[in-house]
Amino acid sequence: MSFKRKDLLGLGSLSPEEMALILEAAEPFKEVSGREIKKVPALRGKTVVNLFFEPSTRTRTSFELAAKRLSADVVNFSPSSSSVVKGETLLDTARNIEFMQADILVLRHSSAGAAEILAKNSRMSVINAGDGWHEHPTQALSDLLTIQEKKGQVRGLHVAIVGDVAHSRVARSNIHALTKMGAHVRVVGPPTMMPLFLHRLGVQVYHDFDKAIAGVDVVIMLRLQLERQGRSLFPSIREYARLYGLTFERVQRAAKDVLVMHPGPVNRGVEIAHDVVDGGSAVILDQVANGVAVRMGLMYLLSQRN
Amino acid sequence: MKVLIAGGRVVDPGHWNGVADVLIEGGKISAVEPNLQEKFQKVKALKMIDAKGLLVCPGFVDLHVHFREPGFEYKETIATGSAAAVAGGFTSVCCMPNTQPVNDSRSITEFILAQAAAARKARVFPIGAITKGSKGEELAEIGELVDAGCVAVSDDGVPVMNSLVMRRAMEYASAFHLPVIDHCEDSMLSRGGSMHEGAVSTELGIPGIPKAAEEVMVARNIALAELTGARLHLPHVSTVGSVRMVREAKARGIPVTAEACPHHFSLTDEAVRSYDANAKMNPPLRTDEDVQAIRGGLRDNTIDIVATDHAPHAVQEKQLEFDAAPFGIIGLETAFPLTLNLVEEGILSLAQAIDKLTREPAQVFGLPYGTLVPGVAADVTLIDPNATWVVDTARLHSLSRNTPFAGWTMKGKVVKTFVGGNVVYDRDEQ
Repeated sequence: MSFKRKDLLGLGSLSPEEMALILEAAEPFKEVSGREIKKVPALRGKTVVNLFFEPSTRTRTSFELAAKRLSADVVNFSPSSSSVVKGETLLDTARNIEFMQADILVLRHSSAGAAEILAKNSRMSVINAGDGWHEHPTQALSDLLTIQEKKGQVRGLHVAIVGDVAHSRVARSNIHALTKMGAHVRVVGPPTMMPLFLHRLGVQVYHDFDKAIAGVDVVIMLRLQLERQGRSLFPSIREYARLYGLTFERVQRAAKDVLVMHPGPVNRGVEIAHDVVDGGSAVILDQVANGVAVRMGLMYLLSQRN
Repeated sequence: MKVLIAGGRVVDPGHWNGVADVLIEGGKISAVEPNLQEKFQKVKALKMIDAKGLLVCPGFVDLHVHFREPGFEYKETIATGSAAAVAGGFTSVCCMPNTQPVNDSRSITEFILAQAAAARKARVFPIGAITKGSKGEELAEIGELVDAGCVAVSDDGVPVMNSLVMRRAMEYASAFHLPVIDHCEDSMLSRGGSMHEGAVSTELGIPGIPKAAEEVMVARNIALAELTGARLHLPHVSTVGSVRMVREAKARGIPVTAEACPHHFSLTDEAVRSYDANAKMNPPLRTDEDVQAIRGGLRDNTIDIVATDHAPHAVQEKQLEFDAAPFGIIGLETAFPLTLNLVEEGILSLAQAIDKLTREPAQVFGLPYGTLVPGVAADVTLIDPNATWVVDTARLHSLSRNTPFAGWTMKGKVVKTFVGGNVVYDRDEQ
């Protein structure tokens, strides 16, 4: 089987086989990043444009490193604001980039569906690097690779996703990825952070973290957007940390060999305690390392099309 | 000059439902009877229109359109909007005041009426603002607006959030027997939302607008109508709960009327899946449960009328990211076939469907149209109920193209539209 898609817009529309294919493609590139000369010629002569409408350091850097290690030419384009403010539409911005003969466009945008709208109207391969609250597929694929490496397989694992699911693209992509690969997913948080009909995505919804964490094999903590305080989603950071923060005590309630994950950046002492971030269960930095490999594998597959 | 529309099936709600001839004299309906044709065979100065196989109805009346002039002429002008109206069989339309400037004064009302007269297509009735600048603070000069020709008041698009202001508006308007329309939306509950809040919005990650945002305000407005006795008209009802509350209010004798838009009884939030902003409007497309409730409400007359909420926006605006694109779709040229679908599906009788496009809306705003009773202005729409056509946005008369029904095959086509006895739309001349 080969990867037939022009774009990667989300995991909601991907089959388990397609996800497995991307993870397989990522595997050999892990070794490349470990070499002294971290470069292969797979994308030589290709142009990758990182179009980021939202500030992002780690995702953009990860994509940039991935493209460079594949020998692509990379341009970072970070318009300071979205089309409404700027006056040029997203489509016009993208068309300009297309006519500079870019091959792959990596898009980060605050609007759900931005990558899909763009992909439909462009010959370039579009990779969704996060669209609003919708999806962040490469993050979830990195998480999948990390779990697969550490646990052997994803099928049958119990995974808890904890935090502001309503406003999290990472959560949505992870829910699709994990449920499609056969994991049992529970989501945990206050009802204010659980979107309506969440259970229809095939997950169990919990509001009590202590109950939800019992016996799980993987805990994925979501970053608390501190600026959301004052919008009545949670009363205070103090109370949020007490009810939904991952403390060392809570980790003890999970399975013995639990994996603690976080997409970063981490708010130490808020959603995750200092000693848990640095503890033996945390695989947060493995996620980061795998992120580069997954993005290399994905760009390789997309460039092999035709 | 006499005109005889001969041999069609006349549906004049409450008056006639069957084959008959319609005689127009001096711009007015002169007679509706079978076999008029024989009587007039020898009259020379008579234009005969063969309507065999066609429906002959009063011209449609739309209580809810946005014609964008003054201020947003790149979206629609009164002339292009009126052309779209008559192409869709509408001979009277009521235009919302959210222009730039807002229609909160005699001068804007008179300007709209003058533009409409110059366009010589549909009758255009301005709706005045409830509050100055539609800011929701101080009452507009409603007395003067009525005097200038406004047929209702509304701050459409901007809900009147302050309940005391709404109470005063209802009280004040009742002195003029003027209907008060409120776009029912609690703007705190809906803040940031772009589509119905439900299973689909959860999956798509698009900020949602809960049903409660509408229902809270429907409940408030019904309570205020009960308090003040004012004539309340609820536009674009979109939820099960709203239908239920209107039904209950009517049973208790509260003077409330309600409208439904064709898109709210034809589509669900599934239409948003492709992130096409042509499926974005406010209130948003809801779920199948709501669609069924609206259909049920139309059937038992809880919902009195069909209105389009015709809301033109330019192509470049609807090409934006879903959350950045403006709310609203055009509807004048697709409203009739979408309503006819309800007849095909056995939800409404043909007479009931026509009633909700003609006599009922005219009565809601007290307009002397929507009927073929002898003596009224000859606003008549001829329809081929069996003609099928495909919605081609390039061939619409509206200046804008924002419809989720592009590419749909529609059944039922307007053939000719008369306003005051004059043909203002003729399919064969297109």
